Amino acid sequence: MAGHIVSIKLYALIFITLLVMTGVTTAVGYVDLGRWNIIIALAIAIFKASLVILFFMHMKYAGKLPRLVFASTLLWLAILITLTMSDVLTRSWDHPPQGWQSLSTSGQR
Amino acid sequence: MSSLTVDEAPQAASHVHYLNVKFGVKSWLFTTDHKRIALLYLASITFFFFVGGAAAVLMRLHLLTPGGLLVEPATYNKLFTVHGILMVFFFLIPAIPAVLGNFLVPMMIGARDLAFPKLNLLSWYVYILGGLFTLYAVVAGGVDTGWTFYTPYSSTYSNSHVIAAALGIFITGFSSILTGLNFIVTIHKMRAPGLTWFRLPLFIWAIYATSIIFILGTPVLAITIVLVALERLFHIGVFDPALGGDPILFQHMFWFYSHPAVYIMILPGMGVESELITCFSRKKIFGYKFVAMSSLGIALLGFLVWGHHMFVSGQSMYAGMVFSILSYLVAVPSAVKVFNWTATLYKGSISYDAPMLYALGFIGLFTMGGVTGMFLASLGVNVHVHDTYFVIAHFHYIMVGGMVMAYLGGIHFWWPKISGRMYPQGWARFAALVIFVGFNLTFFPQYILGFLGMPRRYAVYPAEFQVLNVMSSAGASILGVGYLIPLIYFIWSMRYGPVASANPWNAKGLEWQTPSPPPTENFEEIPVVTEEAYDYPVREAQVA
Repeated sequence: MAGHIVSIKLYALIFITLLVMTGVTTAVGYVDLGRWNIIIALAIAIFKASLVILFFMHMKYAGKLPRLVFASTLLWLAILITLTMSDVLTRSWDHPPQGWQSLSTSGQR
Repeated sequence: MSSLTVDEAPQAASHVHYLNVKFGVKSWLFTTDHKRIALLYLASITFFFFVGGAAAVLMRLHLLTPGGLLVEPATYNKLFTVHGILMVFFFLIPAIPAVLGNFLVPMMIGARDLAFPKLNLLSWYVYILGGLFTLYAVVAGGVDTGWTFYTPYSSTYSNSHVIAAALGIFITGFSSILTGLNFIVTIHKMRAPGLTWFRLPLFIWAIYATSIIFILGTPVLAITIVLVALERLFHIGVFDPALGGDPILFQHMFWFYSHPAVYIMILPGMGVESELITCFSRKKIFGYKFVAMSSLGIALLGFLVWGHHMFVSGQSMYAGMVFSILSYLVAVPSAVKVFNWTATLYKGSISYDAPMLYALGFIGLFTMGGVTGMFLASLGVNVHVHDTYFVIAHFHYIMVGGMVMAYLGGIHFWWPKISGRMYPQGWARFAALVIFVGFNLTFFPQYILGFLGMPRRYAVYPAEFQVLNVMSSAGASILGVGYLIPLIYFIWSMRYGPVASANPWNAKGLEWQTPSPPPTENFEEIPVVTEEAYDYPVREAQVA
């Protein structure tokens, strides 16, 4: 089975990009951007992961079946996050019985 | 009526086969033959089964009296932890896939080996390495967190050997991933000519579904364990509220793998069950496609229900409602299987050979375990029986009554193929009955104990629970003897058992078309498949 051959130059380029982005993540970590810190860090992480998946894992050149397998892992990740968030995001909906102090409304969380 | 055919003279099989092609320790430790690797797994899994079983026997002996008979409460905690870890990660999860799956998958699909034979051997070494870490944790002083490693106890407070045990499980997880990957590629790429997807034996469908769970679920467990270790060693706040973490997040991540892992344990058992029921009722399976698809259905739905372990954890009750409804849904594909096996028996020509006794035991015990699972999926009942012996009884009916029965049924069914020898039928039937009786005596009283409110994981209990506890302990001793009997006659049969023919049960399936034991390359010529699975001749009684 002949796989797609990727030039060493491209591999090197991606490797350097990954190193640079790691540097960027670290640098941004020292700047206080409020909630944008986490958003930028995650965006960089997704960009880096995409590079690894597309080139190092050859998903860019892969056939339908490997792509389907990979897509299913994303679906499963979505299941993990969605159902976990169904707990985390709805915890504050609970109304405590009368006379009980709610941790979530008293600001102690 | 027995369908058994054996050659009379108890002499060794004369042909060259995978067992006599090479001798010596090296020929086993460096083998890439899937059949030999299956036997390596068989030996190691049996070892862990009996070590884990010994821990269970000690617990049951301890619980003979309300105040506890044998050990300190702290030691009791370590006993149930060791029992859980060894049985779940080192026996139940790998048992059928790594032993029977390894042995049978290539032969059932008409291939000469798995797609990646060296990876297959590596998976066994990885398994052993993980096992050694866990055994080290046990010998060095034990772990007391329970097999679930709940935080913040496991990450902050426990003073036992959590890291070593967790590392053992982490490592063993990779063995599962390698095995699953190997099976998926093999089933996709190496089927014999004519063997279309809907001609595959249902055991293959079950192993395929299991492999999907292996690959999609196990990495999450690995990540979770690493996070616990990081928090324990470096105090990184992931699960500890004091460090900004969320302890319930651990339970989400743990059960995201560990609930599907329940289906890793039972799905291959269901695959074995389909093989046994068709062979010993000499009938095509009822509703082949439904049984095949229900395996995939269970694999998918199994990933959507984990929150039912967390109804009283502090998880949002709205999430609880969603998980409760989804948990009920899993009953549908499981019931499809049970009804279809039962319908297969209808008007079948049933014979009660030893494997069939295990198969019939499986149907009844699995159904009881499954139906009590419905009780537990219900939010209200769950709160009442949460963390009681009701839960213990429920999952042991699935795991031991279901999975271990299927595993033993499978070993009895394919033993002639594996070893080339028959075992004593009378003893085998007797052992099946002893196990059935011992099992029910052990675990049925636990349903009642749990319903009455006896919590799990306690070394002592109120005096009014003693009668039921004594019954349970008595059952455990019978069960223990029941498991030793097959061990003895299987070892005996390897030397003294009558030589088995290629197809002693007159079963359908490619694995029976090759000599017993099979040659290293499985088939002299790759077979061409021209018929559906389980194409047993239709008898008059079935036509009406």
